[in-house]
Amino acid sequence: MTTEVTTSTPVEISGMGHRMKRKEDPRFIQGAGRYVDDIKLPGMLYLDIVRSPYAHAKILSIDASEALALPGVVAVITGEDLKKAGNLHWMPTLMSDTQMVLPIEKVVYYAQEVCVVIATTRYIAADAIELVQVEYEPLPAVVDPFEALKDEVIVRDDKEKKTNHVWHWEAGNKDATDKVFTEAGHTVHEKMHIPRIHVASIETCGMVADWDKINDRLTIYMTSQAPHAHRTVISLVSGIPEHKIRVISPDIGGGFGGKVPVYPGYVCTIVASLVTGKPVKWIEDRSENLQADSFARDYHIDAELAADANGMITGLRVKTLADDGAADAAANPSKFPAGLYSIGTGSYNMKAAHFEVDAAYTTKPPGGVAYRCSFRVTEAVHMIERMTDIMAHDLGEDPAQFRMKNFIKPEQFPYASPTGWEYDSGNYGGALQLAMDMVGYDELRKEQLEKRARGELMGIGISSFTEVVGAGPSKDFDILGIKMFDSCEIRVNPTGNAIARIGVQTQGQGHETTFAQIIAQELGLPASAIRVEHGDTDTAPYGLGTYASRSTPTAGAAAAMAARKILAKAKKIAAHLLEASEEDLEWDVDKFVVKGAPSRSKTIQEIAFAAYTNHPQGMEAGLEATNYYDPPNLTFPFGSYICVVDIDKGTGEVHIRRFVAIDDCGNIINPMIVEGQIHGGLTMGMAPSLFEEIVYDENGQNLSGTFMDYLLPTSMETPKWELGRTITPSPHHPFGAKGVGESPTVGAPPAIVNAVVDALWHLGVRHVEIPITPQKIWKILRDNGIDGD
Amino acid sequence: MTTVTLTINGNQVSREVEPRLLLVHYIREELNLTGTHIGCDTTSCGACTILVDGKAIKSCTMFAVQAAGRNLETIEGVAKDSLHPLQEGFWEKHGLQCGYCTPGMIMTAKAFLAENPDPTEDEIRWAISGNLCRCTGYTNIVESIRYAAQKLRQPEEKVAS
Repeated sequence: MTTEVTTSTPVEISGMGHRMKRKEDPRFIQGAGRYVDDIKLPGMLYLDIVRSPYAHAKILSIDASEALALPGVVAVITGEDLKKAGNLHWMPTLMSDTQMVLPIEKVVYYAQEVCVVIATTRYIAADAIELVQVEYEPLPAVVDPFEALKDEVIVRDDKEKKTNHVWHWEAGNKDATDKVFTEAGHTVHEKMHIPRIHVASIETCGMVADWDKINDRLTIYMTSQAPHAHRTVISLVSGIPEHKIRVISPDIGGGFGGKVPVYPGYVCTIVASLVTGKPVKWIEDRSENLQADSFARDYHIDAELAADANGMITGLRVKTLADDGAADAAANPSKFPAGLYSIGTGSYNMKAAHFEVDAAYTTKPPGGVAYRCSFRVTEAVHMIERMTDIMAHDLGEDPAQFRMKNFIKPEQFPYASPTGWEYDSGNYGGALQLAMDMVGYDELRKEQLEKRARGELMGIGISSFTEVVGAGPSKDFDILGIKMFDSCEIRVNPTGNAIARIGVQTQGQGHETTFAQIIAQELGLPASAIRVEHGDTDTAPYGLGTYASRSTPTAGAAAAMAARKILAKAKKIAAHLLEASEEDLEWDVDKFVVKGAPSRSKTIQEIAFAAYTNHPQGMEAGLEATNYYDPPNLTFPFGSYICVVDIDKGTGEVHIRRFVAIDDCGNIINPMIVEGQIHGGLTMGMAPSLFEEIVYDENGQNLSGTFMDYLLPTSMETPKWELGRTITPSPHHPFGAKGVGESPTVGAPPAIVNAVVDALWHLGVRHVEIPITPQKIWKILRDNGIDGD
Repeated sequence: MTTVTLTINGNQVSREVEPRLLLVHYIREELNLTGTHIGCDTTSCGACTILVDGKAIKSCTMFAVQAAGRNLETIEGVAKDSLHPLQEGFWEKHGLQCGYCTPGMIMTAKAFLAENPDPTEDEIRWAISGNLCRCTGYTNIVESIRYAAQKLRQPEEKVAS
């Protein structure tokens, strides 16, 4: 049975567990959201970008005279101009690599920013970029990372070492793993590619930069998932002191990781405002967005899994090549060039594991931002869930039973993984059993046998994933040196309501509601009386932002801890008001009560009023607190998904008939919002499994530059998701939550692929690469002599 | 330059514009009605959907001059004295997350329910298949539209949850 979410506050307070309607919705349903492109400042200019038609070419000359002659054009900025302005033509990436802002010598990817035009209207700017004459000398492109490692074409000849090899990284124990493989009863080996995909939030990236010369202030409105981190980066790159910069991340039309990095267009927009002394707006169009930034994945994986004679998994050996594109601009914590990929031993107990990852430069735009994924966990989960399934099929064991016997058991938590993680809590068997019960697993297996006998293709796929989120403990986790804590400041007003400001930034996750609920739970103030603000670096406490499912594990914890500081002070005030000792008071939902005398109590509202009007002598007035939360460990959400597919032999089309998703994200703040996150996450898990891929031709041209070529799932392709839950609280999080935004995107793809392979295994098919298009299946069927009849 | 006069959300407006100005820019930048969004430029995503003489159209693929003399409705005109049942439905059923596609979804659904007041789930899915949402997985959008359909048919009765 799905675990019910319990509540301990009445609906008027709506603390943890209530299905509270979202506080942010009234503005969105009435067209009153305020996104970056909605911002209009007096005298604002518009920026547009001249982009490279080649993936790799020398720049011989840039002639902007015709563009500058067009009425309404204010300026053209080139790489040379940025160089003169203080070497702004290069910028650091989040991974301490470098990336061109605007090129001087050569371009290294198709659609690279070559120079920018600033004009009085959007239309004139768009006209003017067509008038800039750029002379190129094309150079050979290198699109395949394995080819790139031959170093015949050097992408980054700005570097001292003339090689496309970027870095090498290892985790786990090589010798122990090799030994396990020598002694193995059975091993399986598979290669798989997790292709380049694009987050494609419906709002593209954009900025309005407003340099106020008189007041010496730079105000930036930016599609930013991490406004404070961006303020620091902008200060470091530009030399403008940080206190003179204000970054505002207004309403954001979807982020999913794509709005974490700093892109060249942002830097150019800031420079344009500094140069012109006017506010400047830059909004990407969809093709620019799909061609130049926000790319994810691109891992080429070679994996081996070992088991003993009883079919118990003993070890995992993984080699991987990461295609970075033209810069290592991935969004990972600094010490983790391959992110948290070493979580790849997944939900299974094993003796040893070893991971090796190398990265290569290619003449493609920088990749490696997340696609609703906490630092390469999607690639890891895809690998281990495919390998587990192949092993089960090879051994002739039922994939569910094979998982059940190999799971880390509940009593093994906290579990030390062979690659060094300490899993906080889990009940993997419980989640899989619930998924099997909900989907009717045994009946489906019978149906599959009957259908196979009739020549029909039906498959059942399982994914029992373990996520790792909530980055992260300051010991190991930083971005450009800034530790990955997060923050919350709460001020309770005299009249019994509050304002909370948080260091994370919502892009649809509903923070204005859920953070109010966290504080309502702790303080007993109604969630409706708590206003949550975020996204403005002038007012919010410093935080690292929202991505990697980290808001609840980090800033959510900070909100609870700040509230607890307030409650500690409130208790002193209550003791003063009730003329009782603190030891004699107990907390009851929204008031302190004298033990044994229930009529003697003070509500949080009475206490808040007293904090400003009748506080004890010697105590500071006011009722507010700030917390910067440094998590002691990561959190490890998990789940089990079962996907049922039918394959059309005539067209090769995969139809998802059922998809049952059991998620366990620990304690739940708002079940409605969690379910919404899971619906969306599953859809973004299905998307790259069946539809989405950024494709390049051999010249490095992007062939997926519009929504007519890069296929987002519509309402027609998206199944009705069936959800269930178990609840295994995190033992180290202040209220036992783990985070949920990315689990479904991480967990769903292998369930779908496993279902497809399960339908085709009897034909000798061991693996199918994503996206599983009808063409791929059609070819597999025809190669196996199966036609549509 | 050419004069484009039209009615939008019940008000007559008139602006001097370039003949090439897209209707979506006329609405957003000339009239400052920024609830209508832009998401793709290729008529694929539907974030810019508005009603022209009651029909749902994608305003990124129509020139402002083509809308001259016509009657337009945008998200800003949907709520009258209180929220429209569709707006209520999206709020009640958690039919939105980032909110960017929401105005287009609501406008598409409004035209659809006027034609088909009692739709099946499949019919709703077909009706909104020209509007992309990256956040919700559509399940709750379908529920939101069902809620509104039921409420519009039986405004006095409590809508079953």
